Amino acid sequence: MAATLPPPRLLPSGDSAVTVEFSRTIDDAANERVLALDKALLATPIEGISETIPTYRSLLVHYDPGKIGFDALCDKLLPIACQPLPPSTKARRWRIPVAYGGEHGIDLEDVAKALNTTPDDIVARHVGGDYRVAMIGFTPGWSYLSGLDKSLHMSRRQNPRLFTPAGTISIGGIQAGIQCLAAPSGWHLLGRTPVRTYQLHRNPTFLTEPGDRVTFFAIDHKTFEEQDRAAEAGEIIAEQVIA
Amino acid sequence: MSRLMVASIGPASSVQDGGRRGAQRYGLTVSGAMDRLALAAANTLVGNEPLAAAVEIGPFGATFTAKDGAVRVAIAGAPRNADVAGRPVAMDTSVTLKDGETLTLGFARGGAFTYLAIEGAIKGELVFGSLAVNARAGLGSPYPRPLRAGDEFTVDAASGAPELRIELPKPVSGPIRVVMGPQDDEFDDANKALFLDSEWKISATSDRMGYRLEGPAIKHLHGHNIVSDGTVNGSIQVPGNGAPIALMMDRGTSGGYPKIATVITADVGRLAQTSAGTAFRFKAVTMAEAQDEARKFQQLIRTLPDRLRSSDTIELNIEALSDANVAGYAVSAMDAGTWQVTAEP
Repeated sequence: MAATLPPPRLLPSGDSAVTVEFSRTIDDAANERVLALDKALLATPIEGISETIPTYRSLLVHYDPGKIGFDALCDKLLPIACQPLPPSTKARRWRIPVAYGGEHGIDLEDVAKALNTTPDDIVARHVGGDYRVAMIGFTPGWSYLSGLDKSLHMSRRQNPRLFTPAGTISIGGIQAGIQCLAAPSGWHLLGRTPVRTYQLHRNPTFLTEPGDRVTFFAIDHKTFEEQDRAAEAGEIIAEQVIA
Repeated sequence: MSRLMVASIGPASSVQDGGRRGAQRYGLTVSGAMDRLALAAANTLVGNEPLAAAVEIGPFGATFTAKDGAVRVAIAGAPRNADVAGRPVAMDTSVTLKDGETLTLGFARGGAFTYLAIEGAIKGELVFGSLAVNARAGLGSPYPRPLRAGDEFTVDAASGAPELRIELPKPVSGPIRVVMGPQDDEFDDANKALFLDSEWKISATSDRMGYRLEGPAIKHLHGHNIVSDGTVNGSIQVPGNGAPIALMMDRGTSGGYPKIATVITADVGRLAQTSAGTAFRFKAVTMAEAQDEARKFQQLIRTLPDRLRSSDTIELNIEALSDANVAGYAVSAMDAGTWQVTAEP
């Protein structure tokens, strides 16, 4: 039998939530443990937990202090969080089209300059990546990806933009992202995808789940316009790769 | 059915309820009323579920007109002058608008948000169990945006029930209480003390997403970038410039700045109602105290129907009401006869 894993830190987030922290850095192994705990709690709920939010490195557990106190909850959470990991289930794979550069990726040229290379080379490195949806957060459908090519790691913008468009494909720090709605952002904008990772009246409403794998491929701007119209009408556009 | 028309309304007014739960894992924000107790009080007055959808009115004035029949409404939250066709209406009471009559609400006198609940509640299309508006996400119903003049709600015709007032407990005053963490270890003792010992003011640039706090700059131990993790209503994050931001109902579900402390559930509404420019302090409490207060707060909302009284057992003192119309002062509608004017905490 496998040894139990080292315990996470349990950090109070006010009186109605606790952060179960497995790591302080971006780390796929820690993210696996986050998702495993999340899955275990969904399968066998603890009375009083209302909602869980997986992130890169921690699981935020919302609970009702009218039903369970902080100490009692922590006592129940710890043993589950230290269980050996079940073998990970096969992840879904998505291929996501991106119109790079120009009006859709206004930072592509600058990123290329900063890294002493060409825009085409940046696109090749971004398209070459095999990404993992580590978490979804901030605004509906915003998918934070791990797996960004090390040569593309760069500091966020000094001045975050107050507006970046829906569908923005960007990089920030060691992360890559798919943004669904218009939002403020300090990341570098490489392109735009017609894919909606969130669309209210579509089934499914949310496309990506933490743990999914993602690759990108380039499309021209004319194809973007066509696919964007189709996506607006409810088409998923993203290709699911069946292994 | 009757209709209630928004005849005029200022910015920062929208339909809100108890909020949207169950899809924070996909980044769907919670939203919902900034002051849950006031929402619950207004709803209770007209016989609705406590966290049913109502109109959250920002600090500016608003007028509402009944059409195609009578409409029964109630107001609670930030105090304002109010009248129906010239007849004064007290806060924390219900009132029936006859067909064609207009309810006029003045500017908030202290506080920010007043709730207008409608008998039978606002109806619309639920998304994850909620009508709450998040304008950024284009979410909410019947109008997924701030309200504007000309908007209309189709509502139940007034039942003719007797008008009521609700006796709320004396508002808690004093510091806004917090539980330290989850990342208070990103700050040294001197900076934690600076956070707890300083006077803060809410910046005028604040909104439903976050309240920016003006005061001394809080310095981080290891820089201001942490790997993004989950946030809750009342998370106080400290970005690079050292000026804390208290995350409110339209907060993003995750954030990448260290969170020094978290406002306790029972005090989130009180922070929401603190006017821009009003000085206040924070106080750290234990988890046991915070959870005890959270349970009392839940109990208070559950037992609001026990606090309903007939509205004719109170005599309005119009003079005191108008005397109290001074910035930074609020008048208690509870103490009929004494009409004590108290400074805000």
